[in-house]
Amino acid sequence: MKTSAQKREFSLNVNGVPRNIRAYPAERLLDVLRYLGLTGTKEGCGEGECGACSVLVDGRLVVSCLMPVAQAEGAKLLTIEGVTGNQRFRSLQETFAEGGGAQCGICTPGMILAGGHLLERNPAPTIEEIREALSGNLCRCTGYLQIFEAVAEAARRCAGT
Amino acid sequence: MMSHSLKSNLGEKIVGKPTPRKEGPGKVTGEARYIDDLSFPDMLYGATVRSQIARGMLKKITFRPDVPWSEFVVVSVPDIPGKNYIALIENDQPCLAEKVVNHPEEPILLLAHPDRYMLPNAVAAVSIEYEPLPALFSIEESERKSEIIWGQDNVFKSYQIEKGDVDAIWAKADYIVEGEYSTGAQEQLYIETQGVIATYDCEQGVTVWGSMQCPYYVHKALMVVCDLPEDKVRVVQTETGGAFGGKEEYPSMIAAHAALLARKSGRPVKIVYDRAEDMAATTKRHPSRTRHRTALTKDGKILGGEIEFVIDGGAYQTLSPVVLSRGTIHAGGPYHWPAVRIIAKALATNAPPHGAFRGFGAPQSLFAMERHMDRIARTVKVSPAEIRRRNFLKPGQTTITEQTISEPIDLEKLLDRALVLSDYESKKSRFRQQGKNGKRKGGLGIAAFLHGAGFTGSGERYLSSVVGIEGQPNGGVRVLVSSTEFGQGTNTVLCQIAAEALGLEYGDVAIAQPDTAQVPNSGPTVASRTAMVVGKLLESAALGLKQTLIRAGMLGEPYAAEEFRCACRAYMERYGELRSLARYEQPDGIHWDDQKYRGAAYAAFAWAVYVAEVSVDLTAYSVSVDDFVALQEVGRVINPVLARGQVLGGVAQGIGFALYEKVEWRHGRMQNSQMTNYIVPTSADVPPIRVYFEEIANQHGAFGAKGIGELPMDGPAPAIVNAVEDALGIPFNSIPLMPEEICEALTAAAGPPSAGHSFSGVR
Repeated sequence: MKTSAQKREFSLNVNGVPRNIRAYPAERLLDVLRYLGLTGTKEGCGEGECGACSVLVDGRLVVSCLMPVAQAEGAKLLTIEGVTGNQRFRSLQETFAEGGGAQCGICTPGMILAGGHLLERNPAPTIEEIREALSGNLCRCTGYLQIFEAVAEAARRCAGT
Repeated sequence: MMSHSLKSNLGEKIVGKPTPRKEGPGKVTGEARYIDDLSFPDMLYGATVRSQIARGMLKKITFRPDVPWSEFVVVSVPDIPGKNYIALIENDQPCLAEKVVNHPEEPILLLAHPDRYMLPNAVAAVSIEYEPLPALFSIEESERKSEIIWGQDNVFKSYQIEKGDVDAIWAKADYIVEGEYSTGAQEQLYIETQGVIATYDCEQGVTVWGSMQCPYYVHKALMVVCDLPEDKVRVVQTETGGAFGGKEEYPSMIAAHAALLARKSGRPVKIVYDRAEDMAATTKRHPSRTRHRTALTKDGKILGGEIEFVIDGGAYQTLSPVVLSRGTIHAGGPYHWPAVRIIAKALATNAPPHGAFRGFGAPQSLFAMERHMDRIARTVKVSPAEIRRRNFLKPGQTTITEQTISEPIDLEKLLDRALVLSDYESKKSRFRQQGKNGKRKGGLGIAAFLHGAGFTGSGERYLSSVVGIEGQPNGGVRVLVSSTEFGQGTNTVLCQIAAEALGLEYGDVAIAQPDTAQVPNSGPTVASRTAMVVGKLLESAALGLKQTLIRAGMLGEPYAAEEFRCACRAYMERYGELRSLARYEQPDGIHWDDQKYRGAAYAAFAWAVYVAEVSVDLTAYSVSVDDFVALQEVGRVINPVLARGQVLGGVAQGIGFALYEKVEWRHGRMQNSQMTNYIVPTSADVPPIRVYFEEIANQHGAFGAKGIGELPMDGPAPAIVNAVEDALGIPFNSIPLMPEEICEALTAAAGPPSAGHSFSGVR
């Protein structure tokens, strides 16, 4: 989003790496991340409805299409590219790939971030809790059930290690 | 949750197994590159100036002076080097409107600029003056012909099917049941919007990368618009974030636009639609109206009937004739009609052209058929299950196109099993005991249906698809097809088939990125044809590859995978290339008459019985689907995880089609082109969908496969609306069924007795 304001420098911590970027203050965090080459964060609707652009901002699940970069100043951001160091997310990546949780894949990064955010707070969720936690992320391919199963299976795998 | 009744050969090692999705790792790590993730040096961004009115003459185009126009590339009709149409069937859709516009959002002018943030303002700064003409916005308005907006009579295409002596049945009938049913437009709502990048070079011609189902459709359209020979047009499919038919024909349009901007600017041009533009301007499912008039014996056997099936094609013909064809052929459902007359028409209106969407006309006509079966059941006073049982097609009988059923189908067994799986009888009696009280009322609904796999009639013969496979330096093989992956599992299933046919490991098989410069034309990725038709050709091509190695004396049967890899490496070292191609040949006994619309419409049908359990909230008038049994016979299941995923996703889209997804039209324009106000099922809306397969191997498909992709879209809507009627005792015959209509009907039913529902046409 271009505004009349001037571009200025912002300090972000993206996937553990400090980054200084020049952007308009109202520029969408989604676009800033994608300009950084982190294209795993997807745009589905641009109005906060579909969750394809979900990222974690200081541990909170956020739709990055609705967050101006100025609001993320100084925050710790986690995108799909930065999750591999975390056992919960790695398990989710495995179970999504194995069990039909990913079909076309465009909602998958957002789903995995939402799933990981849930498991962080609730390591053994019921299917109903998973259903609720993912209700901000739209998927048009799967009918969701194999996604629920992937999250439940990832929770089991994490509990087993 | 899945159960198999396996009747086919289980000696297979890879087919039938849940091998992981080939491109899965890239998708779960975010490494997969979709079109908007790609960027070229010096790339411009393109945008489209579109019609603001439904129909009129273009009078004047003005560029508001406060925009720095010299920074923009502007393309209009005179910049088209070739012909100004998007090649498809009749070639009636312009690439850019020239003198007239025929629907809202019709492309008129193209703009490109290095800064994408400059484009929205520039698009708004192009002002277009029109001389409006009267427009048509519904099937009924188009039928009245107050205006002729297409051809001589507003009819894009019509078909008539005539089987038996229909005129003789009415006098023999104990009951004649009539009904009218309608379905609304439905947006595909793939989560990745339409997008392409084009480059243009005097030497190399045009190259387009993009999100699409059918690279060779785009290739054909670009040759015409750009006036280039075959070898100067290259189309590459990038990772595609959902399609569902919505990326069958429209990518040709957006690719042509980007190519024209790239040609004029000499720079790469990216066009990616935002959600609102994608929803408002691109194709949706055809709205439909179906009328049934059916003659029955006293015990509910169909003597015959008349079916009128009409679809709204929008402003240009595009794919409407083919959608109409499939809808027409499926209009009689999985039942035996001794006599039937079907009259089908696709009509023009001044809405954006309607197009392909999973099911392709069949969900519309099958909604009508399956609602009508419940109406017949009530009239004849037998149960919905029993009325279907008495009329099911049996082997040896003929379909409405007089195709003899030679497959060993057993619809009664499917029905019995679906009733057991859904606990139908005990739930039914529980709902009956609950009676009229309470805040929620429960109901059960059945839908029985079929879906033909592959192109209709002689379509596969005309397509004459070619599939290739080649050896790799490491001894593995690579599949060469233009069949695309957009979530449904093309890559995985085809690699499984090749591995099984060659006795290799799944990991030995790769699949080429669909690129018209690299892969043969294996036909479009539509019509539930990939596993069955393309898969069968791949099986042949693989056997050809093996024969080459055997004939060269490098391989003997039986062999271990490592022996094949050694032979493949040795062959390639000696001869440089190991490649085998297979071309489609019509199987014996498949005859189709295009003139009479008679004969073998499909090489195979998939069959299904679905049962929906719903409850209706009597305070909010909302319907929730509480349980769903989806039982189908799709031939051999090549990959159980992916096959189940197809059914789950199709059922969810069917729930949306039935209950949520309403396109609000005003003067031919979609008013709710946002995810905020066009509502698709979320994770909170899907019931436990229980998926079951019967497996009967199909001789025409790879390892016995039939088509599966579209089938699950056909049954949910009628099953759900049948269940709502079971709950409330009120028939609803139009979808999407919104709470407002339930409220109105319940209020009317609660009024004086004369306001209650009654059934017309019962003799």
